[in-house]
Amino acid sequence: MTLALSLTLLALAALGYQLGSSRALAAAGGSPRSLHSRPTYHGVYVAMWGALPALALLVMWLVFAPRIEDAFVLGSLSQATLELPPERLAVFLSDARSVALGDIPSRPPSDEVLTASEQYRSLNRTGFAGLCVLALGLSAAGLVAARSQVRVELRARNRVERVATSVLIAASLVAILTTAGIVLSLVFEAGRFFSLVSFREFLFGLEWSPQLALRADQVASSGAFGAVPVFAGTLLVTVIAMAVAAPVGIFSAIYLAEYSAPGVRAVIKPMLEVLAGIPTVVYGFFAALTVAPMIRSFGESLGLDVASESALAAGTIMGVMIIPFVSSLSDDVITAVPRSLRDGSLGLGATRSETIRKVVLPAALPGIVGSLLLAVSRAIGETMIVVMAAGLAANLTANPLEAVTTVTVQIVTLLVGDQEFDSAKTLAAFALGLVLFIVTLMLNVIALTIVRRYREQYE
Amino acid sequence: MSEGNLHLSERAARNLRKRHRAERRFRAYGMTAVALAMVTLVLLLGSILWRGWPGFFQHTVLLDVALDPEVIDPEGSRNPDRLAQADFLGLLKTSLREQFPEATSRRERRELTRIVSAGADLEIRRLVLESPGRIGERVGIEVLLSDDADLYFKGQLDPSEDGATGRLSSRQAGWLDSLEAEGRVENRFHTRFFQAGDSREPELAGIGGAAVGSLLTLAITLLLSFPVGVAAAVYLEEFAPKGRWTDFIEVNINNLAAVPSIVFGLLGLAVFLNFFGLPRSAPVVGGLVLSLMTLPTIIIASRSSIAAVPPSIREAALGVGASKHQVVLHHVLPLALPGILTGTIIGMSRALGETAPLLMIGMVAFIVDVPTGFTSPSTLLPVQVFLWADSPERAFVAKTSAAIVVLLTFLVAMNLAAVLLRSRFEQRW
Repeated sequence: MTLALSLTLLALAALGYQLGSSRALAAAGGSPRSLHSRPTYHGVYVAMWGALPALALLVMWLVFAPRIEDAFVLGSLSQATLELPPERLAVFLSDARSVALGDIPSRPPSDEVLTASEQYRSLNRTGFAGLCVLALGLSAAGLVAARSQVRVELRARNRVERVATSVLIAASLVAILTTAGIVLSLVFEAGRFFSLVSFREFLFGLEWSPQLALRADQVASSGAFGAVPVFAGTLLVTVIAMAVAAPVGIFSAIYLAEYSAPGVRAVIKPMLEVLAGIPTVVYGFFAALTVAPMIRSFGESLGLDVASESALAAGTIMGVMIIPFVSSLSDDVITAVPRSLRDGSLGLGATRSETIRKVVLPAALPGIVGSLLLAVSRAIGETMIVVMAAGLAANLTANPLEAVTTVTVQIVTLLVGDQEFDSAKTLAAFALGLVLFIVTLMLNVIALTIVRRYREQYE
Repeated sequence: MSEGNLHLSERAARNLRKRHRAERRFRAYGMTAVALAMVTLVLLLGSILWRGWPGFFQHTVLLDVALDPEVIDPEGSRNPDRLAQADFLGLLKTSLREQFPEATSRRERRELTRIVSAGADLEIRRLVLESPGRIGERVGIEVLLSDDADLYFKGQLDPSEDGATGRLSSRQAGWLDSLEAEGRVENRFHTRFFQAGDSREPELAGIGGAAVGSLLTLAITLLLSFPVGVAAAVYLEEFAPKGRWTDFIEVNINNLAAVPSIVFGLLGLAVFLNFFGLPRSAPVVGGLVLSLMTLPTIIIASRSSIAAVPPSIREAALGVGASKHQVVLHHVLPLALPGILTGTIIGMSRALGETAPLLMIGMVAFIVDVPTGFTSPSTLLPVQVFLWADSPERAFVAKTSAAIVVLLTFLVAMNLAAVLLRSRFEQRW
């Protein structure tokens, strides 16, 4: 429906282009040289007037119509339904809406749902008919008005370019809007969480068991929302991952930058980068199915008690995943160290490894630290590997052979599946998300600052 | 120590040997690191391929089914609606019992039925509906074996004595062996795997639905993130006054590129689902979330590609009277396009492999139907992998790996396209 309308509007715009450019040519007496702007610009100018206001109207309708419809439907509901708790009322409305859209509801709809859905349908039909009339009218009026403006001296190009510039500016604002959206939604939902659970309990509590909330009326009181075990689990997995990624990444970077032949480097470097391109769900599958049993049977042969979802398996594979993040950035900074420093050291009789250890690495250290910090932030935010290979139970332990849980795992388990969106349980996910966002943001800012400052030093 | 040359002394030679040993050691560390990474990569891809390869094949069995008119169409009306209702499962069971008359007890008969797929009776139905003229004949129909029987032939499942502890009893195994001895069992390429949606039965499940879902979602992602990303890059490189404001936008974009993907999922849940009330599990929402995630990648790649176009080209165009917009549209963008497209393809391939944010917006549902539109519920390839990986059925291990092979094939193809594009069109000024 809306698609048909948008296509009609685009067709009208195409017509407007034709109208505008031909009229401009006609006004110029067939030779475009006397025009201020080329006929194309006149065409685009008319087309813009034909399409943009009507499309803006369409977008407004898409955003606001559901709310207006809700208000109308709410106005005609029975008193009993209106007195339902808000989340039940929302379920009622969404049921009515889905029936109106022709979906088969999960449970047989009650009579009142059917009446409400009938009302939705008629409201929607009237509203859309009104929208069509209004949009097409607006489009036609725009076309006529713009076409009548087309004259030889009309500055069509300037006007078109002004609109184009504002479109470009709007596009560059999307990034800021996204950040604002992330911050606002996280802060808002986390704020609702902290009105149920105290900030102190969340940050310093030692027990995490959000799943205990069995009855709706004891949501906030029964579940424990002390996030320390979750943070500790994240830290443990991250430390294991960095214990794999840091040495392997840095040594590969050193080997590739300082020792390997150019041909070898040209083969190995892209292959290392393949590691970064493999979807994390694949790593998760590999960790859960191949690595975890391997570690388990190896541990058992040593007489150790290994959990089937050990932190070690998830951490190791996560470390493999972030090797390329460490190695490619470190490689960049090592190659950026000026040749003269190496030559000086080699000239004094140092071996290559001594040059690397005592001259190149100290000079590249800030960059390497930056790359490690970026890798840490990547490891903290990584989700699928830990969801598939680490556990759900929040153990407060430093033993890598036990199952631990992480912030991302908890966010996923708390939010996957249909739930009421107001319980402390689901809101807790947003509080965890806020912590995750702040920590990774700080790591990124620090790392990027270090790397940038280091680059300036040698440029 | 003698008075001779200090550099030729025994101590110096020892020291030198030590230093050279350290040198070799250091070099070996580097090689070990590279080798470790490579070995893991090979192990990872190898294990996936090795496990996934059998998942592309499925054993079928040729059954003789008597299309008994008394069962299918007692009234003789040949009405398709009536035919579709018939007891095809009964026909299947009869056929199996004729094949193995020794199965008499209820339990044996139940075990006998379980060696073929739960969707086998639908095959008979399809045949009857396609050619109702064959009712009354005795036809040979090739039906899928059940997942356990299939695993048995693939040598991945050992029958147990009573069928209680294992999934396949030795009796069932005996029947399967005799079917194979009669030449009725075939191992065929499993085309259904590429067409079907999800299913609880591994032999019926396919990635068709997930692939279509991925395609729809990526279409939205591309449609939104490419124009917006390029426009933002053009503004920042060509039009924006350099100053605090652009610095702020730039820092913003760089940080967005490093925000964990799951946070974008939280954003999608809070804003698109709860605030705007968009439907759960829909490709439209998935595409919105993924395009916000891909946007920084595309902007950064486009910016560096635009910045690489030499200023002389801009000056020449300005010199012959082009406006700033004309310079960008007619000269800068066409020259920067290969780089922009490369960045876009890489961003898209990352979006294709992304799972975590989609879990937040309800794309993990069990969805049997192949999605038909941008708002119909669907899953995506990586999410399908995640769902199957969680499944307890043994046969899903091969299916999961096979789905990963398909996913990786797409990713390799996209990245190869990016590499080719870069090497073919990119100019160095």
